[in-house]
Parts: sequence; structure tokens; C-alpha cells
Amino acid sequence: MASSGAACFDRAIDTALALLAWLVALLVVGTIGWIVADLLRQGLPRLSWAFLVELPIDAGRSGGIRPILISTLLILGVCLAVSVPIGLATALFLAEFQRGHRGFGPLVRYSLDTLAGVPSIVFGLFGNAFFSITLGLGFSILSGGLTLACMVLPLLIRSMETALRAVPAEHRLAAAALGLPQRVSLLHIVLPAAAPGLAVGLILGIGRALAETAALLFTSGYVDRLPGSLLDSGRALSVHIFDLAMNVPGGASQAAATALVLVALVLLINGFTGWAAQRWLGSLSSAAL
Amino acid sequence: MLKPSSSFHRHPDRPLLWTLRLLSAVAALIVALILLFVLREAWPALHQLGPLRFLHDPGWHPAAGGADAQYGLLPMLAGTLLSSGGAVLLAAPLGLGSALFATSYGPPRLGGLHRQLLQVLGGIPSVVVGFWGLVVLTPLIRQWHPPGQSLLAGILCLTVMILPTTALLSEQAVREVPAESLQAAAALGLSRRATLEGVVLPVARGGLLSAVILASGRALGETMAVLMVAGNVIQVPAAVFDPVRTLTANIALELGYALDLHRAVLFVGGLVLMGVVAVVMALAASLQRSPGHG
Repeated sequence: MASSGAACFDRAIDTALALLAWLVALLVVGTIGWIVADLLRQGLPRLSWAFLVELPIDAGRSGGIRPILISTLLILGVCLAVSVPIGLATALFLAEFQRGHRGFGPLVRYSLDTLAGVPSIVFGLFGNAFFSITLGLGFSILSGGLTLACMVLPLLIRSMETALRAVPAEHRLAAAALGLPQRVSLLHIVLPAAAPGLAVGLILGIGRALAETAALLFTSGYVDRLPGSLLDSGRALSVHIFDLAMNVPGGASQAAATALVLVALVLLINGFTGWAAQRWLGSLSSAAL
Repeated sequence: MLKPSSSFHRHPDRPLLWTLRLLSAVAALIVALILLFVLREAWPALHQLGPLRFLHDPGWHPAAGGADAQYGLLPMLAGTLLSSGGAVLLAAPLGLGSALFATSYGPPRLGGLHRQLLQVLGGIPSVVVGFWGLVVLTPLIRQWHPPGQSLLAGILCLTVMILPTTALLSEQAVREVPAESLQAAAALGLSRRATLEGVVLPVARGGLLSAVILASGRALGETMAVLMVAGNVIQVPAAVFDPVRTLTANIALELGYALDLHRAVLFVGGLVLMGVVAVVMALAASLQRSPGHG
């Protein structure tokens, strides 16, 4: 009978653990729901087409976010224009030419792992000292975009390298057997085969860049006018949310509306990139047939 | 026709290789460049004040000038460690519970949905979490125990920020428990609890621990979510309801107007932050290399 008592105890503990697991799951879901519901409640009444295309009025208390949207896209554009070529090249180098544990590759990998651990505010310090002051770019979209490029590189490279390594070795061997030069094999066989994984890396990078605030405060700056060039200061969406919430009394509902736009933008880009990768791959596989 | 293909493996595409190597070198040099520039900017303070002043100075009056200036970074370091420590203490059990829900205690279909929701939470920018904390969480804490903007608010927002990392990595660690071990446990007729206690947790321990360490690295470096809710008063807090300022918040608040030595000391704060995060990351790396890790 002692064993049945132990089994009973076991079952009681098991039930308690199950209850706890359910409770944690509900807590997680509840927190997400709470945050999203609050953003929607505060922001949705302010959200309209006019909000997206109008200029901000009275430090952002009313009006829209057109210059902020444009600055954000420009900063993101600069970031990707720099980080994607460097990232893809490094990922190709690490995945295709550095399979061993010797040489230059491990050094690059170690350096990138260290870079991944650097806090975003330190990227802000560095961007301010290097791009804004030493290179003389000032508080500008260019400084901000370049700082973000440094920040997203480790994430971009790690996911792109994983995608490239997932391409079966037979593909490369077959290309080599056909006598294709290596650049042809990489461009027409390895890269297309790795495309969905590469797209995932790109999405992760874009998400990270859009979400960033601390690295931009002292590189791309606060100015909420429409930027005339890449050397103008431009306020990103994240910085706009921060400024409205902290420095502008009565800016909370506008901040909530901007937060909704930012979150929606992240989700939209994720969805579109996924769809595009699938479409690209689809047309490619039909062409191969 | 035979020549290029037969020489393929011995002579890889030289120009291509050198282009890739060059761009990789650029990527690898960034971290050195960061360290160099943060050190260069911090140097006047390190050189003129000496490292001990940052620990011994009783207060933080960096703009006072001359002999009146004080550069004590200790309260900010305490703020960083306490807020991150508190967040990790909350997020670790929650992450484990969420991993157990997704892998064994919850229905499989809900487990997938749960994971997707965690990914959505992970995608919410820290400035949005900070904003939510500022307009929703701090008023609630103020009703309970003023002033509201406090260490507690910082801990809770940081927990929201690191929970996805902790939960998803914990789930991965639990999933990596070999199927043979689980089958053996089932063959022995072990109950779900005994399997958990005797097989899953011991095997996944290393993975669970490194999930927590990686999350704490994330919490230490987080700026916006604490900056917006923790009150930013420079003090070593006596209770969770006291406002605090972290190293990250200190930089974000003051870099805009800091000059000369004041600016240099902010870069010293950045160096300290990098040092703390590097120690934590080295801990995680040594854990992953250690043979005890399943």
C-alpha cells in the first residue's frame, strides 16, 4: 500500500506541476494580450491615413509622423545597404571557405561573437564617437544607419552562415563535377538554394534594426523635420516613441499610435519577406524543371 | 576543357576568395574599432582621475567642474546588477515553466501557439515595452506604493524583455533531451514527474543554465525598458519601490550634453558595462564547452 501512497503523492506533484505550467503559459499570453490591448486602446483612435502622411505639430502632440517614417526607412536603407553585402560575403567566406578550425575563419567568428554581446547603448557611444565626430558625419541618418549596420552584422552573418551550411554538399559537388567555376556554383546553385534561410536572416536583421532606440539617440538624433539628405538628422520611429513618452507631456496617445505603426511595420516586413522568398523559390524550382 | 575542372579544388576562385576575405576582415575589425574608440574617449577620465575614483567618490556630480566634481559610478552599477538580477530571478522559473508547458504539460497544438506568441513578444521593441511600463505599469505600482517609477518597475519590464529568450532557449534545451533517455524512462514505468526530475532536468541542466546566462547578458545591456520606468534617481536602492538609475540609462540621459571629463566618464561607464557583459558571456561560453553539459 506504501507504493500506492507514493504513486498518489507522485500524481499530486504532477498535477501541481501541470497547473504551474498552465499558469505560466496563461501569464505569458496574458502579458502579451495586456500590452497589445493597451497599445490598441490608446493608439487606435489616433491612427489614420492622415497620421501617416502629415507632419508632426506641436512637438508631435498632434499631426502625423511622415518625416519620422521617411527617416526610419532611410536609416534602415543605409543599414541594409552596408550590412547585407558585408554580411553575405562574410557568411559565404565562413561557410564555403573556412570549414576547418584553423586560420582566419575562427578569428572572424570569435570577433563576431564578441560583437553580438556588445550592449546597444555602447554601439550608440561608438557611433557617436566614430561616425558622428571622428568621421565628421554629425548627427545624421548616415551615422545612425552605419551604427545599426555594425549592430546587426553578427545576427545577419550567423543566420546567413547557417542557411548556407544547410545547402547539401552534393549540390556543390555536382557543380564541381560539371566543371562550373566556383563563382558560378555559388551564385546559381548555393545562393538560390539557401534563399529562404538568407531571407530569414534578413528579416531578423530588419527587426533588430527597426526596434533599436538606444544606438540611435546620439547618432541619428532627434530632429523631426523631413530630412533633405542622408547627412541630415532624422528621427526614427523608436526615438519618436521615446521622446513623446518621456519629454512631451500629453504625448502618450500619439506615442501609442506610433508604437502600433512600428509593431505593424515589423510584422508586415516579416510577412512580405517570407512571401517573397517563397515566390522566388517557387519560380526558381519551376525554372529548374 | 578538362583543365579548369581538374584544378578546381586546388585553386579556388582567387579574386572571389580575396573579396570575401577582405569583407570578412571588415566585419571582424568592427569589434576592435568599438573597443578602440570607447577606450580612446574614456582615456582622459581613466588617466586624470584613476580607476579608483569611480568606486570611491560618494556622489555623481560630473558637471560641477574642478575639485567639486564627483564621479561615483557605484550606484549605477548597483542599479544595473539589481535590476538585471531581479529580472533573471523572475524570468528563469517562468521560462522553465513555459518550456515545460510547450514540451510536456500543455497540449501539443497549444504548445506551438504558445511558442509563436513568445516570438511575437520577442519582436516587440524595448522602447514599446518601456512605453507600456511607463503608462500602465508604473501608475499601478504608484497606487500600491509610491512613487511608482522604481526598481520594481524596471525589473518587471526587463522580465518582459528577456522572457522570450529564456523561454525559447529553455524549451530548446528540454527538446534536446535524447529520445532514447525518454523511452528508457517510459520503459521503466517512471511517472511524468519522476521523468522530469530524474531525466529531463539533469540532462537539460547545462542548456537551461546557459539560457538564463544569455538572458542576463541581454538584461544587463538593456537601455530603453529600464530608462523609461526606473525613475533614474542616482542612489543605491533600499527597497524595490525606490527609483534607480542603471549604467545604460546614465549614458542615455547625459551623453547629449556631457562635455570633456563628464563625457569621458560616460564612456568609462560604457567600458564597465562591456566588462560586466563580457564576464557573463564568458561564463556562458565556458559552460557550453564544459563536458558536464548534456
